[in-house]
Amino acid sequence: MAARDQHGVGAPFGEFHVVGKPQRKVDGLAKATGTALYTDDIVLPGMLHAKTLRSPHPHARIVSIDTTRARALPGVHAVITGQDMPIKYGVIPWTPDENALAVDKVRFIGDEVAAVAAVDEDTANAALDLIDVVYEVLPAYFDPRQSLEQGQAAPIHAGKKGDNVSKHVSLDFGDVDAALAAADVVLEGEYRFHGSTHGAIEPHCAVARYDADGLLTLWSATQITHYVHRALSSVLELAPERIRVVQPCLGGAFGGKSDPFSLEFCVAKLAMVTGRPVKMLWTREEVFYAHRGRHPMQMRYKTGAMRDGRITAVDAKILIDGGSYSSFGLVTTYYSGQLLTGPYAFPSYRFDSTRVFTNKPPCGPKRGHGSVQPRFAFEVQLDELAAQLSIDPIELRRINFLGEHTQTVNGQRITSNGFMQCLDLVERASGWKERYGKLPRGRGLGVAGSMYISGTNYPIYPNDMPQAGIQLKADRSGLVTVFTGGNDIGQGSSTIVAAIVAEELGMDVRNVRVVAADTDLCPVDLGAYSSRVTFMVGNATIDAARKLRGKVVTAVAEKWAVDERRVRLMGGKAFDLDDPARVLSTREAFQLAEVRFDTLGATGSYNTPTLGGDYRGGTIGASPAYSFTAHVVEVDVDEETGRVTVHKVWCAHDCGRALNPTLVAGQIEGSCYMGIAEALLEEHDVNRFGLHAGPSLLDYRMPTALDTPEIEAFIVESLDPEGPYGAKEAGEGPLHSSIPALGNAIYDAVGIRLRELPFTPGKVLRALREQRAARPNAATTAAGTASQRVAHDRRRDG
Amino acid sequence: MGLPRSGARHGHASTGKKVLTRQSAIGTMHGVRPITLEVNGDAHATAAPDHWTLLEVLRYKLGLTGSKQGCDKGDCGACTVLVDGQPRLACLMLARHAVGHIVTTIEGLRPAHIAAGGSGADPIQDAFDRCGALQCGFCQPGMMLSARALLARTPEPSRHEIQAALSGNLCRCTGYTQILQAVETAIAESLGAEGPSAAWQRGPVPPVHPTGEVGDGRP
Repeated sequence: MAARDQHGVGAPFGEFHVVGKPQRKVDGLAKATGTALYTDDIVLPGMLHAKTLRSPHPHARIVSIDTTRARALPGVHAVITGQDMPIKYGVIPWTPDENALAVDKVRFIGDEVAAVAAVDEDTANAALDLIDVVYEVLPAYFDPRQSLEQGQAAPIHAGKKGDNVSKHVSLDFGDVDAALAAADVVLEGEYRFHGSTHGAIEPHCAVARYDADGLLTLWSATQITHYVHRALSSVLELAPERIRVVQPCLGGAFGGKSDPFSLEFCVAKLAMVTGRPVKMLWTREEVFYAHRGRHPMQMRYKTGAMRDGRITAVDAKILIDGGSYSSFGLVTTYYSGQLLTGPYAFPSYRFDSTRVFTNKPPCGPKRGHGSVQPRFAFEVQLDELAAQLSIDPIELRRINFLGEHTQTVNGQRITSNGFMQCLDLVERASGWKERYGKLPRGRGLGVAGSMYISGTNYPIYPNDMPQAGIQLKADRSGLVTVFTGGNDIGQGSSTIVAAIVAEELGMDVRNVRVVAADTDLCPVDLGAYSSRVTFMVGNATIDAARKLRGKVVTAVAEKWAVDERRVRLMGGKAFDLDDPARVLSTREAFQLAEVRFDTLGATGSYNTPTLGGDYRGGTIGASPAYSFTAHVVEVDVDEETGRVTVHKVWCAHDCGRALNPTLVAGQIEGSCYMGIAEALLEEHDVNRFGLHAGPSLLDYRMPTALDTPEIEAFIVESLDPEGPYGAKEAGEGPLHSSIPALGNAIYDAVGIRLRELPFTPGKVLRALREQRAARPNAATTAAGTASQRVAHDRRRDG
Repeated sequence: MGLPRSGARHGHASTGKKVLTRQSAIGTMHGVRPITLEVNGDAHATAAPDHWTLLEVLRYKLGLTGSKQGCDKGDCGACTVLVDGQPRLACLMLARHAVGHIVTTIEGLRPAHIAAGGSGADPIQDAFDRCGALQCGFCQPGMMLSARALLARTPEPSRHEIQAALSGNLCRCTGYTQILQAVETAIAESLGAEGPSAAWQRGPVPPVHPTGEVGDGRP
């Protein structure tokens, strides 16, 4: 099958002309000049505005809902409740536990209960006050352990064996117990990762129109058009071919727009009920309730190693706070264990992960889905191991390097691996050898490494169709239009698609137009998640472009009566290699091809090869290629205030070939920023009543330009045999190791080991107090090198 | 508890916010008055409810959707416009209070640049595009207007001055690095110099593994 062919890592002809060079984005100037259309910019004639009534209780049974008074308000056109859309859905087909509007129960403060469509927002808001809901309040659980142990009293979801377990995964590889017993050292520690959320600046928004001929169109700020399409069809009981889903320009997502959301069903249903277009724009507060952000995790890690630093065993037990619904939780639970098995070789490995429901906003996929938390825990534990064995932390990571073209302990195939180059680069750039352990007390360096998937061969719902499809239309004007289901969420996937087409057809990239993420026009793509788009859509694009190129070359060769191998497409022209005087423009070449082959186009696709371990769940986290990252972070720790200031971040990321290095650098820098932000400033949590602790961009403290440290990004290009021209992912991997590198830098600075995020001044001061109490003689002096501190720690630890 | 309704546009629903009575509910029928705003060089006559913000009138009455709403309460800066040349949060300013003032939105920069004899986009817009500062692009209209206002009063700002001037505009995509590079590029080029080099670099390309074959990955 063509879709599974590899296309090679090289340029189609000799050297690259577009790919690999900094290029403007296809939509850059439209965004810069304010003409790009986002979902809330859409205004349709006669459009109504919708608003959502939300639960004031974290856990309650709905006794009754009376919408009579709301319906009677002048200007109100429709009020809907859960009874209007009782079919459950869930992005993972095995765990459909969500309703567009609550049917029988509400499960967190902010859960959707009813929706109103009215002539304007003020009227819709006023109508919400007139909906009478009677609740029977139930016990609520905000702590996952409490939910696990006491949840039988009021299970959050019915039919889950009466407990509050959302998903449990336990897998082991090799003989962990024997390896631990044989290890020279065994480290054990408990680590905690807090909740954080995406914070895309564009709030969720959806607009629906239901035409008289029964066609439903939904414009939505989603990053996965295809899954929204499927969910709408199911919940609204409409045939999928009667539904069109369009993703307009999208104002950021980071995983937060991956699930189908209540507002998408509500505007669709309200449009069907009223015969009018309907828009719903969530407030920033509502976006915090929608959440689907990073799962809080409590993680116990045990690592065995030999005296020379080689890891022998890793044993993990993880409790995951899932919030109130499943979302992607099945995958999260697997990812929490499956994605840790590189860039280091584990001879044996075991993990036991339990995701538990709580009465909080539902967690889901945030950049680095499911694997940022375990990466934090493990990389801090590696740093502890380095200290205990008196091995340089970078050296310890080299000692355990997994290698390339190999396999992980859990059966994942590793192709290219530039992790060693990443380590070299951050070591050199940060002056590690000269400075680590030698900086004055209060300043420190920390290192960490990580790996991440470039898409996964688990297609959410089982099917053997391609994961990515591309359609090309070549026009006699010399224009190529690309139709892709791939969601450009700001990462620049449409720009990459255009570059590939231009490269393969030897065209000016400005003559390639991209139509994306419109289910009526574009072939299916599984959407922007799991860092799959560049890899999979890129491969599909090469597939299609080469087919189109073949037609053009054939037509030109026939016209010139020469062998096809003599025809080159380059620089907007078709050349004869043996007779440079013979030349046609792209436009003329397309016209010849249209004469020869009829209306000119091509399709292409990509599907993953069969991957993953041969066990239940073995395909989850199995990727055709993995990216690798190394970070060094330099911090200042103020021992008076406990405040941690990141001085600089060095990040080297192996993304295979950088198809557009400007975009890659943007992904690396944005990832580093986001990691540092959640490590130091951001926290998504509820208070003891289950009420969100601060659902605003003032309370949820996202860094400004002044708060963000200097970031130096290095692009490492270990050309991957599976990737398009050797490319891998860049959007999520570079977040992972920023957080543990920061924690490890705090240790180098002041000798305290922070195992619980975020690293707030309070936690720093508490740890410093404990340090002073444990070491009354050594502590408060400002002197003392890191090596002395290591020695102190070792004495203290016995 | 004040939270059963979270449709409110203004603020945390559990804090005191305006509650509309049944009588005043039909916003479009109540308190709507004509209003004339000078935006991007033109006088626009329209009508809007008294309580509508400048952002609402720009977006939903004048169709100038380049100004974005990210929080509607002055936290994110995506709605930043220039009022008499100063950056202002359009979501915190009643439209009525902009009467008699000169408003510039992101849509106004390119036409002004062309009218002044330039071509293409405003140099700030162009530099943002070239430097990769536009990922999702949602915060950038406000960001670019903040940058424009800075350069109008300080033609050669330091990096810290740029960071301070942009610190009211949250960006979630870029980590600000390419934004700062874009502003510095626009400044340098306005002075006839070359912009700063990017903060990223390429490492040496590792050798391609000789056995770059792909098996099925099964153990």
